[in-house]
Amino acid sequence: MADTHKNYHPDLPNTWTLARARQALANKEVTLEEIYTAVDKAVAQTNNLNIYLARDTKTLTKAHQRAELPLSGLPIAVKDNFCTKDLTTTASSNVLREFIPPFDSTVVSKLEQGGGVILGKTNLDAWAHGSSTETSDFGRTLNPRSPDYLPGGSSGGSTAAVAADTCIAAIGSETAGSIRQPAAWCGVVGLKPTYGRCSRFGVAAMASSTDSPGPIAKTVEDACLVFEQIAGHDPYDSTTANQPVPKLTEQLNKGVKGLKIGWLYSDIQELSASHKLIEKELAVFESLGARVEPIKALDPHYAVSVYTIVQRTEVSSNLGRYSGIRYGSERSNFGNEAKRRVMLGTFTSAKGYADKYYLTAQKVRTLFRQDFDQLFAKYDLLIGLTSPGFAKKIGATEGQAMFGELEDMLLEPSSITGLPGLNVPCYRDPLTNLYLGLNIIAPMWREDLMVRAGHAYEQATEWNSWRIDK
Amino acid sequence: MSQFDSALVQHIANLANIPLKPGEDKKLAEEFESTLKVIANLKKLDTSQVKPTYQVGELENVWRDDVVEKKRMFTQEEALANATNTHKGFFAVPQIIDKG
Repeated sequence: MADTHKNYHPDLPNTWTLARARQALANKEVTLEEIYTAVDKAVAQTNNLNIYLARDTKTLTKAHQRAELPLSGLPIAVKDNFCTKDLTTTASSNVLREFIPPFDSTVVSKLEQGGGVILGKTNLDAWAHGSSTETSDFGRTLNPRSPDYLPGGSSGGSTAAVAADTCIAAIGSETAGSIRQPAAWCGVVGLKPTYGRCSRFGVAAMASSTDSPGPIAKTVEDACLVFEQIAGHDPYDSTTANQPVPKLTEQLNKGVKGLKIGWLYSDIQELSASHKLIEKELAVFESLGARVEPIKALDPHYAVSVYTIVQRTEVSSNLGRYSGIRYGSERSNFGNEAKRRVMLGTFTSAKGYADKYYLTAQKVRTLFRQDFDQLFAKYDLLIGLTSPGFAKKIGATEGQAMFGELEDMLLEPSSITGLPGLNVPCYRDPLTNLYLGLNIIAPMWREDLMVRAGHAYEQATEWNSWRIDK
Repeated sequence: MSQFDSALVQHIANLANIPLKPGEDKKLAEEFESTLKVIANLKKLDTSQVKPTYQVGELENVWRDDVVEKKRMFTQEEALANATNTHKGFFAVPQIIDKG
């Protein structure tokens, strides 16, 4: 049987990591033309996966103009809820089908200033409301690892773009799992930064108190390279923190020796089948000099409820702006999922119901913060499964009003508290070619710790499909 | 006991300015009911002494200078480019006040 879990091929530059492609360009082993030709070919060959909603036509010219910058003019795929000047931005909703923004989101500007080229816009669950990319108004995206399965979501187009080697790296956004969960299902790396680390300016707002843009990449190192370009204070997003951006690439090789790591949700029965598959993976951290202990944390089922209420409430407010007057079309064009969320959020924040639902949810959010404060007093990092199991088959969301919330259950506690998290592939099923992911959570602003652990793990194991055998 | 009936769903739809198709209210009522069942677990926690967390960033009173940044301004043409209805350089809006 052909070994299908190696993406990296020395003759196909679209399968190279960002770090490798930068190096090869610097050494003149490859040209930008060769890279873009290979990427374009991969995009054409994977049309059936429905990854891209729009493509820029002047990428190579832009690439040459940016060749000397940190990202070397390399092609980056961007989730279609980030505004891109003169390139349609739909949030995968019919409401914005024709919308051409007259401005760039801050993340996109920073990417371009750092030498990235926006190759195209990737599919998502409409308005990022979902965890499957199946609720897009423009059709579902298929999982490149196994096309009978969903890629996860909502950044499923971006994780599929990386998994299919149709870009060198990508951008996603996470409100509660939307970077890490599709990264797990597609077998790629997803880095959700601390809330307030990356600007939300120009991103179609979903739940403003948890929305966090971040990189989706082939390796932890690549994710760090992109993070360093897009993070930082933005005067146009008052919730971004005025803190220096850490040079994560300089921290990568510091290892995990002496770190104390808590193993989250080891006691949840419904996860036992997946836990059995990754038991050996936790021992990897111990072999690298860390101490791993099972810990007791506040039940994530409560976070599902907090997130459901907070997200719907904020959505009902944020989607209020779509009146079809200044841009977009009228509100009858909202899909079923958006209608459900806007209306339920209107209910949970309405007079007579807000105390019972919205206020209670925000109080339980405090309990989660307190719980994490206590855990981080004892542990440097927390790890656990990213998703309860493997990718679900296409069609799995039909009739499931709470599909996303339950698939994202293990991520929601860290999302509602603003903590940074990192998905790294940690198991591959040889029969389906589908992956499980490990979620590494760090305290606020400590992305450095989580990428050290992620990189050390990636180097010590064989799950990463871009690994170059020495 | 069911909390949602067609009248409540229609009331919420009006508040949210979401036009419903015929029969949609019944389906939505069922879906809302099932979601409320999932989130009912919050009742099990004692939150009587807990303060709410509305935001996690811990920033307060973030100000900026009240100045016009010309480089960020749209031209009239850019501002109107995505509108479906314009009138002499303005956005045309639907009538919301009765002619009487």
